[in-house]
Amino acid sequence: MTRPDLETIAHWVAPGARVLDLGCGDGSLLRHLWEKNQAHGYGVEIDDAEVLACFRNDVNVLQLDLESGLALFQGGSFDYVILSETLQTIHRIEFLTREMLRVGKEAIVSFPNFGHWRDRLQVLLGRMPVSEELPHQWYNTPNVHLCTLADFEDLCAKLGATIRERVVLHRGRAVRVLPNLLGSLAVYRVTA
Amino acid sequence: MSASVGIVEARRAQFEEPFRFRSGAEIPRFELMYETYGRLNAARSNAVLVCHALNASHHVAGTYAGDDDNVGWWDNLVGPGKPLDTDRFFVIGNNYIGGCFGSTGPTSTNPATGKPYGADFPVVTVEDWVAAQARLADRLGIERFAAVIGGSLGAMQALQWALAYPERIGHSLVIASTPKLSAQNIAFNEVARQAIVTDPDFHGGHYYEHGVVPARGLRIARMIGHITYLSDDAMMEKFGRQLRRAALGFDFDIDFEIESYLRYQGDKFSTYFDANTYLRITKALDYYDPAGDFGGDLAASFARARAAFLVVSFKSDWRFAPARSRAMVKALLDNRRIVSYLELDAPGGHDAFLLEDPRYHGALRAYFENIEL
Repeated sequence: MTRPDLETIAHWVAPGARVLDLGCGDGSLLRHLWEKNQAHGYGVEIDDAEVLACFRNDVNVLQLDLESGLALFQGGSFDYVILSETLQTIHRIEFLTREMLRVGKEAIVSFPNFGHWRDRLQVLLGRMPVSEELPHQWYNTPNVHLCTLADFEDLCAKLGATIRERVVLHRGRAVRVLPNLLGSLAVYRVTA
Repeated sequence: MSASVGIVEARRAQFEEPFRFRSGAEIPRFELMYETYGRLNAARSNAVLVCHALNASHHVAGTYAGDDDNVGWWDNLVGPGKPLDTDRFFVIGNNYIGGCFGSTGPTSTNPATGKPYGADFPVVTVEDWVAAQARLADRLGIERFAAVIGGSLGAMQALQWALAYPERIGHSLVIASTPKLSAQNIAFNEVARQAIVTDPDFHGGHYYEHGVVPARGLRIARMIGHITYLSDDAMMEKFGRQLRRAALGFDFDIDFEIESYLRYQGDKFSTYFDANTYLRITKALDYYDPAGDFGGDLAASFARARAAFLVVSFKSDWRFAPARSRAMVKALLDNRRIVSYLELDAPGGHDAFLLEDPRYHGALRAYFENIEL
């Protein structure tokens, strides 16, 4: 696991917890959570190659489209519902966030902070931002809904959700001063 | 590298004891045909049961001596180095009870009359097939299967194993299936049955005594079935509107390639498959509904299951569409069972489960590799 947000998430997940990892990629977070503290659960992924990688990683994976919601999952059936660096690719974010808060006792969300100064600067200079966290060009990006820390916190307020904890990172290091300007990656714990 | 299991031999297990069907009917003795591939390990923990669908048999992999063309129906999956690796697993194929490939069925001799059972053979169910397979497992000294796998109707058996014998199955692989038929599915089956029973050669199911078979009915039944196995796209891609002859004939002979294909499939089927078995298989499909005893609550009916599940569906399968598989996944999740689900965007329709798609076979290979023995 090389992504810094995953370290933060793994640190938060309690031993033996039931976890649903949305947009789980190759399942390495779930595998890590299992090996580290016997937290178990399922990944949801739509991409064929990633799903196959999950099988090879020996994690339970469900090939489903997140845009259709979490209808297969009962309310409160998971300790944590994780959405790591996937939020920005979702069309119906408000709907999915509600679904996460329904299914999980707690939602853990990480996303690239579009408020980071380099992104702001590139926009000021008249270009769509390209960075480590946002490596795609505007015409080939899978990202459809980029947001800043302030934007996400507004959404939580609108949904009546409570932010329990927030970690803001840049290049793997915690950012405590001016996080919405100096942080490039945000990780939140949210409850209904 | 992967290879064929080579030349195999079919075996016959004889049971000199009665078999009682779900309907309450009973037969005094029965036989089951089966084949095995690979070796049962010392701990007897590596057995995998492969369940066949409508028209297949116990001949899952390999070929028969002197009959090189008779390749097992799931040979692309089962063999040394293949996704279901016979170097690691002891794989068993079987022909279900009521079948027409050597297991006791309508063509078998009724000991009470000395004549073929014919119409007197009981209506069979998925539950009956699995109960008979359990007797075969006992005979082979297999207390617990590492996995039971099947596609379509075979998958219903894999599911039923997990429900009827939860302690005897480690993994259930349910591919291109459904926990119950829809009204449309039953409707197609009824058309097939009507084609058979209204054939003048059917003789109320006792056609053997008349030295005939209801080939016309069986042929039409098979043609209808085939339409439901393929997707519209797959059929269009394979046949399109290609003509079989130079120009439209303005008669009722074969114009289009698809007509030729269906007639060929129907003709071939009617030469080797038994109409009484076909009737019973379609009933077994219609009747299967594990949630039926639980007021339609699928999750409640799955509460008994202890196996880990792999559920697979194909988006182009309109016979048993992915939503049916998702219903099973949900019922398993509601029970907090271990489950993985593959929903492949593959073009093959219902028959995609028999095809060699690298995503599909790759996942099955990884899944089997992860099974601890």
